[in-house]
Amino acid sequence: FAGLADVSISEDIPVEGEITVPVGSHSPDEDYSTLDEPVRDTIMRDLKAVGKKFVHVMYPKKSSALLRDWDLWGPLVLCVSLALMLQGGSADSKDDGGPQFAEVFVIIWFGAVVITLNSKLLGGTISFFQSLCVLGYCVLPLTVAMLVCRLVLLAGSGTVSFIIRLIVVVAMFAWSTLASTAFLADSQPPNRKALVVYPIFLFYFVISWMILTFTPQ
Amino acid sequence: QLLGERRQPRSFWTFEYYQAFFDVDTQQVLERIKGSVTPLPGKNFVRHRLRNNPDLYGPFWICATLAFALAVSGNLSHLTEKGAAPAYRYSPQFHNVTIAATLIYCYAWLVPLALWGFLRWRQSPSTFTLLETVCVYGYSLSAYIPAAVLWLIPAAWLQWLLLAVAALLSAAVLALTFWPLVRANGRATALAVVATVVSLHALLAVGC
Repeated sequence: FAGLADVSISEDIPVEGEITVPVGSHSPDEDYSTLDEPVRDTIMRDLKAVGKKFVHVMYPKKSSALLRDWDLWGPLVLCVSLALMLQGGSADSKDDGGPQFAEVFVIIWFGAVVITLNSKLLGGTISFFQSLCVLGYCVLPLTVAMLVCRLVLLAGSGTVSFIIRLIVVVAMFAWSTLASTAFLADSQPPNRKALVVYPIFLFYFVISWMILTFTPQ
Repeated sequence: QLLGERRQPRSFWTFEYYQAFFDVDTQQVLERIKGSVTPLPGKNFVRHRLRNNPDLYGPFWICATLAFALAVSGNLSHLTEKGAAPAYRYSPQFHNVTIAATLIYCYAWLVPLALWGFLRWRQSPSTFTLLETVCVYGYSLSAYIPAAVLWLIPAAWLQWLLLAVAALLSAAVLALTFWPLVRANGRATALAVVATVVSLHALLAVGC
């Protein structure tokens, strides 16, 4: 750097130029102002985002779209519908029967929060709400299983129907666990992956247990 | 200097304070579980396995697994015992989970707290930290998980045998761990404490 010590700008060359940073051709306000669009557009955009995530869950490819734009509408809808479908089972018993609505809700949300905290404490790079979003969306296969179980139970509740329900629930449980693992396990250091996957396994196992032991009145 | 950096005390309210308790790998957790069911006289669990790195992952998730395993297998064994009677209607008895979870978590936290407090009160020359005590208790509960799962086999003698084996193993590990500390106080007290505590837990398992 010694040779540059004597470089200097001569006095008669004016130094000029633009100081302002050139902005894009359109101002940011026009793009993100959604106050003026019709309500239908707003709702359809959110519904499309939720629908796209459902498709992602059913065919789990490693995409970052699910992780980047997290939303909690889908998990809320799934949780409420699952809790509603788990009602109506042996409701007249004086001893304890199936889980109440509040119990299902609390288990799902509290379980998801605990698993997220666990993966963050183990040093994961995923954010809190992203993880909640993924865990909530991956309840979709189990909700489908619950629907199928209720339909099968309408037909009868013997051994055959139990075997059908067992197979369906086990398949959907495996699907849920694999889908959520595909999204969440990548954010962990490799020697701790099993530590993160095991609580997810336990979480979906408990939900599958609730679905499988559902007995109608 | 490396250790000095690691042991920097962080504030209680930051997230990193708790992250220090989860600094384990899969392999370490598996080895700690194995160590908690094999009572070898030469190897103290805390010194040998924990090596000044107690974690909360193991105790927390072992307790959770145990709570669910107890509830599920209790429910299923109830079914297999009484299912033959025609008047029996299956009910999932979901509230067992809540009860089991509360009991197990209280056991896993309050008893180590009591034991640690007792040792501090007696001012033993070398005590374990509270976290290490909690850790040891949590891992020792892992011996009960296979017992809870195998409880499903409806043979009474097998159930009692499993329970006895699990209780003995975990009690032995606990006794060996705390033996050097309580040697000054008199063996009777220490053994009585450990034995009472583990048998309480066995009663809990039977109750579910």
